[in-house]
Amino acid sequence: MNDILKLDIAGLKAKLEKKEVSSVEVTKACLQQIEATKDLHAYITVTADEAIAAARAYDGGKTSGALAGIPIAVKDNILTAAIRTTCASKMLSDFVPPYDAHVVEKLKRAGAVIVGKTNMDEFAMGSASANSYFGAVKNPVDVAHVPGGSSGGSAAAVAADTCFAALGSDTGGSIRQPASFCGVVGYKPTYSLVSRYGLVAFASSLDQIGPVTKTVADAGLLFDVIAGHDGRDSTSFAGQYPVMQNLDGSLKGKRIGVAKQFFTDDLHPEIRAAIEAQLRAAERAGATLVDVSIDSFSAALACYYILSSAEAATNLARYDGVKYGFRAKAGDYTDYIDLYVKTRTQGFGDEVKRRIMIGNYVLSSGYYDAYYLKALKVRTLIKRDFDAALSLCDALVCPTAPTTAPKAGQNSSPAEVYLSDAYTVPVNIAGLPGISVNCGRDKTGLPIGLQLIGKAYDDRALLGLAAGFEALGGAK
Amino acid sequence: MNLIPTIGLEVHCELKTASKIFCSCPNVFGGEPNSHCCPVCSGFPGVLPVLNRTAVEYTVKAGLAMDCEISRYSKWDRKNYFYPDLPKAWQTSQYDLPLCKAGKIEYVSGGVKKTVRINRIHLEEDAGKLVHSGGVTHVDYNRCGVPLMEIVTEPDLHSAEDTLAFLEELKSRLKYTGVSDVKMQEGSLRCDVNLSMAPAGELGTRTETKNLNSFRSVARSIAFEIGRQTEILEAGGKVEQETRRFDDAAGEGYSMRGKENAHDYRYFPEPDLMPVVMDDADIARLQSEIPPLKHERIARYVDTLGLPDYDAGILTADRDVADLFDATVALGAPPKKASNYIMSEVLRLGKTEGSEDVAIKVTAAQVAEILALVEKGEVSLAASRGVLERIWGTDESPSAAVEALGLKQNNDAGEIEEVLKKIIADNPKPVADYKGGNTKAAAFFVGQAMKATKGKANPKIINELLGKLLQ
Repeated sequence: MNDILKLDIAGLKAKLEKKEVSSVEVTKACLQQIEATKDLHAYITVTADEAIAAARAYDGGKTSGALAGIPIAVKDNILTAAIRTTCASKMLSDFVPPYDAHVVEKLKRAGAVIVGKTNMDEFAMGSASANSYFGAVKNPVDVAHVPGGSSGGSAAAVAADTCFAALGSDTGGSIRQPASFCGVVGYKPTYSLVSRYGLVAFASSLDQIGPVTKTVADAGLLFDVIAGHDGRDSTSFAGQYPVMQNLDGSLKGKRIGVAKQFFTDDLHPEIRAAIEAQLRAAERAGATLVDVSIDSFSAALACYYILSSAEAATNLARYDGVKYGFRAKAGDYTDYIDLYVKTRTQGFGDEVKRRIMIGNYVLSSGYYDAYYLKALKVRTLIKRDFDAALSLCDALVCPTAPTTAPKAGQNSSPAEVYLSDAYTVPVNIAGLPGISVNCGRDKTGLPIGLQLIGKAYDDRALLGLAAGFEALGGAK
Repeated sequence: MNLIPTIGLEVHCELKTASKIFCSCPNVFGGEPNSHCCPVCSGFPGVLPVLNRTAVEYTVKAGLAMDCEISRYSKWDRKNYFYPDLPKAWQTSQYDLPLCKAGKIEYVSGGVKKTVRINRIHLEEDAGKLVHSGGVTHVDYNRCGVPLMEIVTEPDLHSAEDTLAFLEELKSRLKYTGVSDVKMQEGSLRCDVNLSMAPAGELGTRTETKNLNSFRSVARSIAFEIGRQTEILEAGGKVEQETRRFDDAAGEGYSMRGKENAHDYRYFPEPDLMPVVMDDADIARLQSEIPPLKHERIARYVDTLGLPDYDAGILTADRDVADLFDATVALGAPPKKASNYIMSEVLRLGKTEGSEDVAIKVTAAQVAEILALVEKGEVSLAASRGVLERIWGTDESPSAAVEALGLKQNNDAGEIEEVLKKIIADNPKPVADYKGGNTKAAAFFVGQAMKATKGKANPKIINELLGKLLQ
C-alpha cells in the first residue's frame, strides 16, 4: 500500500479504474499515514469520516470526475462548509464556515476525497509555517528543517505521502516556496484564473489559490478542476481558460529568459550552481537562453510588504469578536473598544499583529503617499519590466528561494525571513503564473526549487515548459 | 458684529434597488433582525462583493437630475473604521473618483430663485443598526449593504429656510428620478450639516452635526448651532472644529468628538471590485429614462394645460401625485377637473396625518372613470367621494362601485318633476317666499328633492325644473 501512496494522481487513477485498489483502501491508507506522520503537524483538522464517505461514494459508482476517489488535502484558509476553518489562528480556532469555497465546490464536484485541512502560517503570513496556533509544521525531508510557508502544511502533506495533492494559497510565494523546500511541485496560476470566493483574504490583489502536487501534470490536472469563471469573484477572468491536458513537455526551440538580477549576493552558491547546471541541461535539450533585465526586481520585496500589509490590515479588521470566532472573555472588557482591543490582542499572533501595524502605518494620513502610493507606482514598474522581459522569451527561470529549507527554531529577524520571498513576490505583484519544480538537492540532501515564470493567461505554455524541466531530473 | 451662517450639506439617501449593493439579499426596510443578510453583507471570512449595477445607474440618474458631470471611470475605496454595526470594519465607498461631480440644483426659497452647487455624489454601502435593550447591545445587519448615495453640496446655503427649501427640491428630484422612495420615517434620507458663522466675505470655523433624519431636526439643529456659535463669537471666543450630534428630544446639540479625535479612515482602493466604466451611450440611455422633473412639469401644467400656479405646485409636490395627474389627463380627463379632483379628493385620502409621505392607492384609469361618470351625470360629485373611498387600494371599477353603493344618479326628468310638484304642493310658504323674491328658498326645494330621492336626483336637473315649475 505504501507504494500506492507514492503514486501520482495519474498512477492512482489507473489503479482505481482497473479496480486494483478501492478508494476506501487508499483513503484509509492516507489516514493512517497522516496518523503516522502527525508529528509533522501538517494537518490542523483531519476529516476522516467525510473522506471515507466520499471514498465509499466513489467505490459505489456514485461519483465521477477528474479527481474521483483521489485523496486531496486543502489548506486551512479555504472554507469548507460544516468543517472548521481556522487559518491556523486562535481567532478562528472554532470557526465553522456556513459555505464551501468555490474551489471546494469544484473539488467535490470532481469527486475528490478531502482528507483534511492543512496547517499553515497564521492567516498565511510567514515563510516557514511556524506561525501557527496549532504548532509549527516540520519538513518531511528533514524534520529539523522548516517546510517553508505559508502553505507548509500542504507541501509537507504531499511530500509525506499523506494525500495525492493539496490546495494551497500563494500571496507572495506561499505555494512555490514550501513546494521548493519539500521537493514537490507548487503552482500559482495567473491572478484571476482561480476564484478567491471562500479563500480567507490576506492580500486580495495578490492572493491566488493553486495546487501542490507531485508532478507538473498533476498540477495541470488540479488546475483544470479548480480554474474557471466565478460570478461571485468580481476579479475572476471572464475569457478563454487554458486547458492543461497533454502538456507539451519539449524544451526544443524554447527561449528561456534569465535576468542578471536573479543572481544576487543573497543567493546561496549551491543553489546558484544547481540552477545554472539545469539551464545548461535545458540548452542541451534544445532550449535557447536569453539574457533579459528586470531593473525593478530588487524593489519588489519592499513593494510587496507595503501592499500586502495594507490590504491585510483591512482584510483582518473584521475579526473583532463581535460576529464569530474568538472573543475575549466576558468581564475582561469594559466597552466595545476594549472588546476589540482585548480580542485582537489575545486572538492574533505576533506576525499577524506586525503586518496589521505595518499596513495601518502605510495607509495612515501623512504616510500614504510615501509608502502605499509609491508602492502602487513601483507595482506598475515591476509589471512593465516583467512584460518587457517576457516579450523576449517563453518563460523566465530563476531559483524559487535563495536558500534551501532553513533549520527550524532559528531566531531570524522578520526582515531576514522576508528575504526568502525575494524570488516569488515579484510574480504575485505582476499577477503572473509561476511554478516551482524540483532541481536536485543540496549537499545536506535538502531539495532545491527552480521557478518558471510565464506570461499572464498563458499558463499552458508555462506548465509545458515546467514539464520539460521536470523531465531533466535533478541538476547534474 | 453681523455674522452670516454658511451651510453645506452631506445628504445620505438609500436607493430603492431590489437587492443590496454587493450581494443578492433583498433591499427591504425592517424585518426580523438579521433576517435579510447573508455571509457577504455580514462580513464573513472569504466573501467577496459583486456590484449591483442598478445602484450605479440610479446614482448616475440622480447625478443627471442635478446637472452633474458623470465620471467615465470611477472606482471603489475602503473606508476603514471599527464599529459593531460595520461587519467588515470598512465601508466600501468612493474616495477620489466618485460617480458624479460638479452639479447644481436651482430651488426657490421665499419666492427667490437660488442655486446650490453639488460638489459630488458617490455611492457606498449602508451599515447595520445597534439595538440597545436592558444594558445589552444587539446588532442587526439587515441594513448592511443597502445602497447608499451621498450627495455633498458646496457651502452655498445661508439660512435654515434656504436649507429646507433646498432639501425639498432635492427630495423631489430623488423621487422624480425614481431612485429613492425618500421615506424619512424609514431613515432613507439622512443629513449631515456643516455650519460656520462669520462676517460677510469671511469663512469661520465649521462644525458638523451628523445624522439628522428629519427636515424638522435639520432646521432645529441649524437654529441651535447658529445660536451657539454666535454666542461664542460675540463673547470673543473661538468655535472648535468638531463633530456634533443633535438631540431631538432635548432640542439641543452636543459635541461628539473634537478635531484631535477625528478618524483617520485610511482610504485605499478596494482590490475586490473592478472600476466602474461608463460610456456616452450608457449615460444617454440613463438620461432618456429620467421622467420630466418637477420644475419641468410645473412649466407644462401652467403654460400648456393652463392650470393655475397653485395647482401646479400642489400636483408636483410629490411625483406619485404628478404621475397620477399626467396619466389621468392622458386618458382624456379635462386637466382642470382632474387637478381639482386630485387636489381635493385623492390627496384627502393619500395624505396621512403627521407624515410627509403621500400614498396614492388609486389608478389613473379609476380617477379618469370617476371624472367621466360625474361628467355624464352618472354620479354626483358629492357622491363620488364615497366611490373613491370604496375603490381606494382595490382594483374595483368606479362604475361597479357606484352600482354596489346604489349611488347611480337619477337623471329621469319626468320622475324628478313629479317629486318636485309634490314638494311644491305640500309647501306653500316657501313657494310664496321664493316668488316674493327670496331666492334662498330654492335651496329648501333642492334639499327636499334630494331627501326624497335619497341623494340620487341630479341637482342640475332639479335646478332647471325648479326654475320652470316656480315661474
